[in-house]
Amino acid sequence: MTKILGVETSCDDTAVSIVEDGNRILSNLVSSQVDIHARYGGVIPEVASRQHLLTIIPLLRQALQEANTDLKDLSAVAVTFGPGLAGSLLVGVSLAKSLCLALDLPLVGINHLEGHIYANWLRESSPLLPCLCLIVSGGHTELVLMRGHGDFLLLGRTRDDACGEAFDKVARILGLGYPGGPAIERAAIRGDPSSFALPHALLRGSHDFSFSGLKTAVLHLWGGREGLSPFDVAASFQATVVDILVTKTLEAAKEIEPKQILLAGGVAANGSLRQEFMRRSKIPVCLPPPSLCTDNAAMIACCGYFNLREGRRSDLSLDILPNAGFAEGVGFEPTTQLLK
Amino acid sequence: MGRKLGERSSPGDIILLSGGLGAGKTCLAQGILWGVGVGGFAPSPSFVIIREYRGRLPLYHIDLYRLSVEEVEDIGIEDYLSQDAVCVVEWAERGEAIFPSHNLLISMRIVSETSRLLEFKPRGPHYLRLMQDLWSSL
Repeated sequence: MTKILGVETSCDDTAVSIVEDGNRILSNLVSSQVDIHARYGGVIPEVASRQHLLTIIPLLRQALQEANTDLKDLSAVAVTFGPGLAGSLLVGVSLAKSLCLALDLPLVGINHLEGHIYANWLRESSPLLPCLCLIVSGGHTELVLMRGHGDFLLLGRTRDDACGEAFDKVARILGLGYPGGPAIERAAIRGDPSSFALPHALLRGSHDFSFSGLKTAVLHLWGGREGLSPFDVAASFQATVVDILVTKTLEAAKEIEPKQILLAGGVAANGSLRQEFMRRSKIPVCLPPPSLCTDNAAMIACCGYFNLREGRRSDLSLDILPNAGFAEGVGFEPTTQLLK
Repeated sequence: MGRKLGERSSPGDIILLSGGLGAGKTCLAQGILWGVGVGGFAPSPSFVIIREYRGRLPLYHIDLYRLSVEEVEDIGIEDYLSQDAVCVVEWAERGEAIFPSHNLLISMRIVSETSRLLEFKPRGPHYLRLMQDLWSSL
């Protein structure tokens, strides 16, 4: 039995989780969902390393308590080293290194993007390999071939706006509120997706994506005419994004013939995207539970488990890599000791 | 325009981009990156806030879109500005106070679906020379 502590501080949220044997979540805490701010009696900026610093120790204590686990019961610590904000990443990496040094535990540095994929392993049955992974979030839109644990090939990525960013900005244009993803999804239910023909940038001959032109098209549509229904515009926009994502992923799947398609990242919680994948794909599609799509530390712990099982771990010189690309800056040393 | 500006950029340059959604800030930043000698595409940093690049010079592509004025002060953007790199900052109006008084401000406005109006405000003699150089190259 192995218990891995996952730590994730790459962006806004501080997250700590304890995962048993790679797929059983014993505790999974995200600072924005936990009333931890109240203890400091003041408003703490949402996006700042200072906030991570204040939150991380109480969050760790609570995660251990909820998992009914003591520090000495841990088998390893997995932590996000990038990509993300330097100041924020440093908080998580410093905590993980301190714990590993003090408790003599293996340390595994995790690439945040790879971590997202592992939300699909937090269940009883594991996905089949090789698989094609679509990672869609506020900051990222990447299409990746996963051949094995730690063996990734980046096929395509966005050339301008990330997919979740387009949702956020269109929600702002239409005055639908924040966060933009759920706001668009709610509005789209009340609208007609065939109301407007919006540009589909499919970038033929490449697996890359582009969403900036679509955002600007919505801006001109909305600003150019009086009396439009925001619900119809939201529905048309969402249908266009979903069509681009599904079409491009299935095109790549046809070429590569993976055993499975995996979705990951915050936008993977979008109901319309999930339905369209299930409807159009002939290859089995693996959908992570919506609660594990957004940033969390369970996926980091899970990714750490499989890396350790494959004999990959980091040493205490692990450094942050704020601009890490996919499968970049892993810096593992081979080891024979897989798990404590 | 962006490429020509990037080609003429020197270490420590601060280029502030201002303008609403769809004004073309990221598109102009992409050109500046190419001009500085960074290959490939420059995805929007709106969510990740800072992307670092290395061409002829280091370049920081910063985006304050998601931040409030207080958060901008808290996130340590100043650390990036003080380095010997080119800094391109989108939604610069959210952090006006943290930037050095000498900089190049480019305000962008949508004129129609296919045209944008760019207004250059060089602040300080260095940026005035940069503008004159850019102007004579057009």
